[in-house]
Amino acid sequence: MTALSSRDWGSLALCAIALIIAACLPLSSGAYNLTIGVTIAMYTVLATSWALFSGPTHYISLATAAFFGVGAYVTGIGIQHLPYWTLLPIAGVIGAVMAALVGLATLRLSGVYFVIFTLGLAEFVRQAITWIQNISGTKGIYVLTQITEAHIYWQLLGLAALVWLLGWLIGRSRLGFALRIIGEDEQVARHSGINTARAKILLFMVPGAVAAITGAILAPRYVYLEPALAFTPMLSFQVVIMALLGGTGRLWGPLVGVIPFTFLWEGISASFPNQTTLLLGVCFLVIVYLLPKGFVGLVDAARRRMRNSEGFA
Amino acid sequence: MDVLITGLLLGGTYALIAMGLNLQYGMARIMNLANGEMLVTGGFVAFWFWTGSQISPLLTVFLVAPAAFALNWLIYVIFLGPLVKRARSRGQLEVDAILTTFGLSFVAVGLMLAFFGGDYFSYSYLSTPIQIFGDTYGANRVAAFVSAVLICGALLLWLARSRAGMTIRAISVAPDSARLVGIDVRRTAALAFALGGAVTATGGALISTFLTLDASTGVIFTLKALVIVIMGGVGDVRGTIVAALLLGLLETFVARMIDPGLTLAAAYLLFVVILLFRPQGLFGRPTT
Amino acid sequence: MTALLSLRGVTKRFGGLVAVNRMDFDVTEHQVLGLIGPNGSGKSTTLNLISGAFPLSAGSISLRGQPITHLQAQDIARRGIARTFQLVRLLPSMTVMENVKAGAVFGHRRHWGHEADAVAEAMLEKVGMGGRGHMTVGQLTYIDTKRVELARVLAGEPRVVLLDEWLAGLNPTELEEGIHLIRSLRDEGRTVILVEHVMDAIRSLCDRCVVMAAGTKIAEGTPTEVLSDPAVIRAYLGDDDA
Repeated sequence: MTALSSRDWGSLALCAIALIIAACLPLSSGAYNLTIGVTIAMYTVLATSWALFSGPTHYISLATAAFFGVGAYVTGIGIQHLPYWTLLPIAGVIGAVMAALVGLATLRLSGVYFVIFTLGLAEFVRQAITWIQNISGTKGIYVLTQITEAHIYWQLLGLAALVWLLGWLIGRSRLGFALRIIGEDEQVARHSGINTARAKILLFMVPGAVAAITGAILAPRYVYLEPALAFTPMLSFQVVIMALLGGTGRLWGPLVGVIPFTFLWEGISASFPNQTTLLLGVCFLVIVYLLPKGFVGLVDAARRRMRNSEGFA
Repeated sequence: MDVLITGLLLGGTYALIAMGLNLQYGMARIMNLANGEMLVTGGFVAFWFWTGSQISPLLTVFLVAPAAFALNWLIYVIFLGPLVKRARSRGQLEVDAILTTFGLSFVAVGLMLAFFGGDYFSYSYLSTPIQIFGDTYGANRVAAFVSAVLICGALLLWLARSRAGMTIRAISVAPDSARLVGIDVRRTAALAFALGGAVTATGGALISTFLTLDASTGVIFTLKALVIVIMGGVGDVRGTIVAALLLGLLETFVARMIDPGLTLAAAYLLFVVILLFRPQGLFGRPTT
Repeated sequence: MTALLSLRGVTKRFGGLVAVNRMDFDVTEHQVLGLIGPNGSGKSTTLNLISGAFPLSAGSISLRGQPITHLQAQDIARRGIARTFQLVRLLPSMTVMENVKAGAVFGHRRHWGHEADAVAEAMLEKVGMGGRGHMTVGQLTYIDTKRVELARVLAGEPRVVLLDEWLAGLNPTELEEGIHLIRSLRDEGRTVILVEHVMDAIRSLCDRCVVMAAGTKIAEGTPTEVLSDPAVIRAYLGDDDA
């Protein structure tokens, strides 16, 4: 691996400081701010891990809700039998395995099949769980723990740091390079010697595991867990929008998309609760036509313009 | 036996809906995820005319089809044309089309919620029983089936025999070569897309005579149409019809014998099986 | 001389169309083999079959006696068979250097890090693009894109190089350079299969030629032999007695 430049160390230091500041939130602010903080942290983790895969490969995954729900249920069911700290790794492993299975089924094919498959996945899992609950007689699950909102927040921050670290490492690795090439031209990738199916499946396991762990962390917040709550397809759409809005070209891109969108969503939900769907639709259109590379793209374009004008100075 | 007939009746109507998507995805190369919303709109218009003015859905169809045609043509020209032009590769176009039509579907649902509210709508039309082979079926299902068969048949003939139909098939099979023989690919694609929308809306009007719809059910129909199109082979018209009948049978079977709540799960499992073992569909050619 | 690559009974059907019909030929090591024939004769399809772009309908292909018939494209690439494309395919958002590194990192030898950079730079030098690794694909001229694609192919240090009409569309000066470059590949010990229409190149480069028409082999031999074969002339110019 190539050695780290001084700029790399600078970025790492900045991130560490930012994380420490963010971690102080529960100690200083009120309950409402903490709730927003948890929401932002959750979506940041989900959107960043989503972008790790869907950014370079251009395969739009709508499976986030499915992984999240499975993770939530791991905690819901497991909390009664196992210590909490074992639940997160278990959720991660289950998420990774699920992702590998989905990948094996669909990643050999074109992106369209992948999108549709993942679209149906959350609905399918939800229907299946509802059916199981109907025939077994149980309804929802109570998740009663000592875990506070602050604990959830700190766990999410830790997970976010891990995702950023992982993203950074992958970006510098062979796998990261392979995936960028796959995203540019998959046939060329194959003829250059890349096992494209395996690379895609391996990388897809990351958002699968991370989304499942996120669900496991968030489960105590719901207190009462039922399928419609844990598996909302809306979650998948929101994650996609936030990641694309911010831009998948950089690790910090999704974060830049999460923050404004979260506030926008909260605002619309409060004033026009029935128009959240309309908002989602408009956002998709805005992204496709105005911000194809997200805010990251705007920043890059601005930088390029500055560099060009400096060249003439 | 009655499962068989009911399944076929349902499948016939599904064929019409899936045909619409086949025209849009198989021929115009646009994966239209707003397809289900177009269906619901068609159903809603039929509902409105029946409950308001007692006009039969079978007649409303003649209003819905051209209106949907015009609307879809506009959608293609305004939203999708620019994407086709700027796409560097087919994969890029597919992604853009998915995101755009997704966005449009949400906008459509949002608008429907705003103007009509979130209630279910269903109505009673021709629900008198008809006897076929000793079992009774709703006349509405039979009427919808017969209409669907007529329309599908007309479409098949038109695609196979007419000049415009052949042009559409040409751009589906070989868009670059089509350009070389003087076919205006963009206009033909718009035509295919608009026609697909008209067919879907018609299907919606017909299906609303015996199924309950609401603003949010669009996505389920989109998924089912997708399963059918992929199962039959993208772009293949016979395949779509056969696959639709199979799905109708499967759903009816599952609903009667296992659990009516699992019909979507069954369709989805079918989709998975196809993807695993024969992704090109029943009639499609193996993808390279 | 040992046969490096052997095709036996290789057939490819697309629906009802037989694009390649029972092709048999051997490719000898350290030679340039020309695969020629009129348009639509199945030459590019044959190259596609060798490189694993799609599966055979029948027949077998072997490399040094080992069958590679059912291998996927990436495994064939890893065994040292690399190719260019009829329409140049570069990775559009990446720099020239990254394009060439793709070949170095994932090819036959699987370099990484500084090694890969060095190999990529060396290949760029070799094709005449030395020092221009920082350029983006959009800034390249047509012949430069071909050069970069060839550099990518060579960065994997392949044993067999498949060139799909690589010399097409070049002006006389560029053609001269291109022929020189391909000859140097053979002189370094690589084996080259050349699908071409440019007769001058075929005459000066190829050690042997295989002529295809309508999917079948109609002649084989040295360039002089095949280009004076009446069957070959008929295939190119069409039958005068109609």
